[in-house]
Amino acid sequence: MNAASTIITLPVLLPLLGAAVSVVFARSAMLQRVVGIVVLAAVAALAAVLLVMADTSGPVVASLGGWAAPVGIALVADRLSALLLLVSSLVTLAVLVYAIDQRIADYGRGTASTTFHPMYLMLSAGVSLAYLTGDLFTLFVAFEVMLTASYVLISRRTSATRVRAGMTYVTVSLMSSLLFLTAIALVYAATGTVNLADLAGRMDALPGELRTVLGLMLLVVFGIKAAIVPLHFWLPDSYPNAPGPVAALFAGLLTKVGFYALLRTQTLLFSRDEPWMLMLVLAVATMLVGALGALAQNDLNRLLSFLLVSHIGFMLFGLAVFDPEGVGGAALYAAHHITVLATLFLVSGLITRRTGTVALDQMGGLARTAPGLAVLFAIPAMTLAGLPPTAGFVAKLALLEAGVGVGNAAVAVAAVVMVASLLTLVALVRVWVRVFWGEPRPPLPDDDPDDEVVVGTAATAAPMYAATAGLVAVSLAIAVFAGPLTEITDRAGTDLLDRGPYRVAVLGGAP
Amino acid sequence: MIIVPTINLTMAVTVAVLYAVGFYLLLSRSLMRVLIGVVVLGHASNLLLQLAGGPPARPPIVGTDPAAMADPLPQALALTAIVITFALTTFLLALGYRSFVLVGHDEVQDDVEDRRIGRQKADPVGLGSDEGDGDDSDDSDDSADSGAGDRVASTDDAVEATATGERERP
Amino acid sequence: MTDPDDRADRAGSADADGGGVASTWDGPSQPWLLNGDCRGRQHRSLLLEITTRAVFPTVLVFSVYLLLVGHYGPGGGFSAGLVAGLAFVLRHIAGGGGDLGTGRVVRPPTVFGTGMAVAVLSALLPLAFGLGVLESAKLGVTLPVLGTIEVQTSLLLEVGVYLLIVGVVLELLRSLGTGIERDLDEAGEQPES
Repeated sequence: MNAASTIITLPVLLPLLGAAVSVVFARSAMLQRVVGIVVLAAVAALAAVLLVMADTSGPVVASLGGWAAPVGIALVADRLSALLLLVSSLVTLAVLVYAIDQRIADYGRGTASTTFHPMYLMLSAGVSLAYLTGDLFTLFVAFEVMLTASYVLISRRTSATRVRAGMTYVTVSLMSSLLFLTAIALVYAATGTVNLADLAGRMDALPGELRTVLGLMLLVVFGIKAAIVPLHFWLPDSYPNAPGPVAALFAGLLTKVGFYALLRTQTLLFSRDEPWMLMLVLAVATMLVGALGALAQNDLNRLLSFLLVSHIGFMLFGLAVFDPEGVGGAALYAAHHITVLATLFLVSGLITRRTGTVALDQMGGLARTAPGLAVLFAIPAMTLAGLPPTAGFVAKLALLEAGVGVGNAAVAVAAVVMVASLLTLVALVRVWVRVFWGEPRPPLPDDDPDDEVVVGTAATAAPMYAATAGLVAVSLAIAVFAGPLTEITDRAGTDLLDRGPYRVAVLGGAP
Repeated sequence: MIIVPTINLTMAVTVAVLYAVGFYLLLSRSLMRVLIGVVVLGHASNLLLQLAGGPPARPPIVGTDPAAMADPLPQALALTAIVITFALTTFLLALGYRSFVLVGHDEVQDDVEDRRIGRQKADPVGLGSDEGDGDDSDDSDDSADSGAGDRVASTDDAVEATATGERERP
Repeated sequence: MTDPDDRADRAGSADADGGGVASTWDGPSQPWLLNGDCRGRQHRSLLLEITTRAVFPTVLVFSVYLLLVGHYGPGGGFSAGLVAGLAFVLRHIAGGGGDLGTGRVVRPPTVFGTGMAVAVLSALLPLAFGLGVLESAKLGVTLPVLGTIEVQTSLLLEVGVYLLIVGVVLELLRSLGTGIERDLDEAGEQPES
């Protein structure tokens, strides 16, 4: 009990402590960097331990402050949350290394940043808490911690463009948070509890209409956060304007945390026996709008943002199927998606540093001038498009297998999945042709030399490449260990729909 | 703890009005109005949380009979929500002021790139631009990872030059 | 919190040097509370300044009372921190940013960073005694004259929250209060109020 309680709380508390230390010693760049990397590496290690524990002996539960579950706040790590926590913490670590090296490359070793490291660690703490909490209100708090840190990160070093992006992002996120709070109030009024495991039982006792309303409210709340069409509009507007590594972090984590919350609440609280038609429709819309939107873009980061939205639809498809294979497939897809999107945004940052622009029609010939970059782009791009040997293929196959088993509507949507994959491939091939083929172009000049942003030069520190390559390796590892991972996510899917193990672990005794 | 059988109409109407006002304000372009909207919405949800804990006018957690006292949990939740709203209010204030310094007002601008793509074959001149007047006097050294991503893809000078709704700061 | 902070900090300390006031927190060498070296003379309010002198220490003491009594009565770290923060806000309104600059020897980020560290450590501390995270206990001390004094260990968490909130309010006063005043000064405008 005690060991478990320690292991499960540390992924939240360590980043918080790290953030505090980073704030106090804001003048020491070295200390901040060491603290950040050590803390995130520790979180990744703890997440791996949690995954093993959850997979071998069921969900790991800790009651905070010694108050048992329905009354107190419980932290729960089952297979789904431990897996996503592990992948997320690896991505967070790699992006931090990238960001640190970018700063060293641009400003030299000695300069400290007063806000970046604390906010980065705060965001990491919020993400951990969101994955691990077993309590609806704590989920709200986790989202707020995560989003508040992200507000600061997205509007730091504010140019006018970034202030505008920050405004859109903050306003939309705030509205979703306030809706979440409202939904919590209604859920509490209806059931008298906010503990997820406890809610699972009490929700079943509610009248069907009330359940539908509450379920839809939570769908809207997490739909905004996960960027489900038609609630996605804020994402391609704001992410591309964030600083490179920050955009990578957001693209990798934030929407997936939203999707995790959606998956958790819909499976645990609003259990159903057949495929979910509304979600199938939303999945189709998300896949197609995202992929078609990506085709129209000329800005590399915006293109990636639209692809991000499109592939949220793939996960929604897994959730909509609502059987163990589908939900498990969605979990696997989320894990793969976290790494691949973060990698692509990091690569986009590297490309921009070379070319001085994000406009596709201003670039060319990078395959000749930067072959390493071409490889780093090609692998995650193939993964995202779901070409056979990659993790994306494995994850998509899991989803499709689940889809064809449950009826005609799902089969039709599975066909849309194929179309969306094809469109993704087209969009990425367009990027490839524009950026890497053709005549090499000289880099565009730094259009604002005063802002100390080094752009349009080849001045890229080797560790930035290494961090990106590390993420590529994680993504490849998902492909290599696809067998065991699929087994874990299948078991996770079974657990999620069964709900029994989770409730027994949290509440104790019979469900 | 269960569904309250009768609803206090006054409170219901109050909550409804607060929500309506809040969402209406949230729809405006000026960040100050958005801020006020967020504050009002925060009050609305906190009031709703309180109502979720049972009818008003019960004493706080005193004595030993749970049925006679107000449910403490929604109060704890509301307190947490108030703290969070407080933090976000201040952040929005800072952001609005930042926008005022950079752009001269606190209104959310159109996305230039979005408009460009929307009219890809049309005349690119005359689009709204959100480029500021280059006032980066406040760009302190506190900028870690120098995003290379803040390049607007547009290189069309005409797009950048036509800044709509932009007032020079005195 | 946002970018202008460091400059605000420098501006604040420059004011301190210019004013020739000792920079200890509230040492007797400086005019207690309001140093009189505040913004433009026409913006001063005698009534407000005198009231602030009287109220400022009282409010701070009251905030500590709220902090200590919070476990059983109304109060606690957050409310106490806000009350203490309000004292500084009052002082800022009466004395302007320059006054706050002289009245501070610790950087606000250090204050709220320490607060956060204390809070997190107090959550982890029970692990050293074989208890779960965030668990608390009651400690009783019997003193000869005062009788038995009982302290909840969760008071440590409250102290952390208190520092966090005070730090955040000071930071806000610095970035949004002093920072804006400075921007207005640079733009050649008189602050309104």
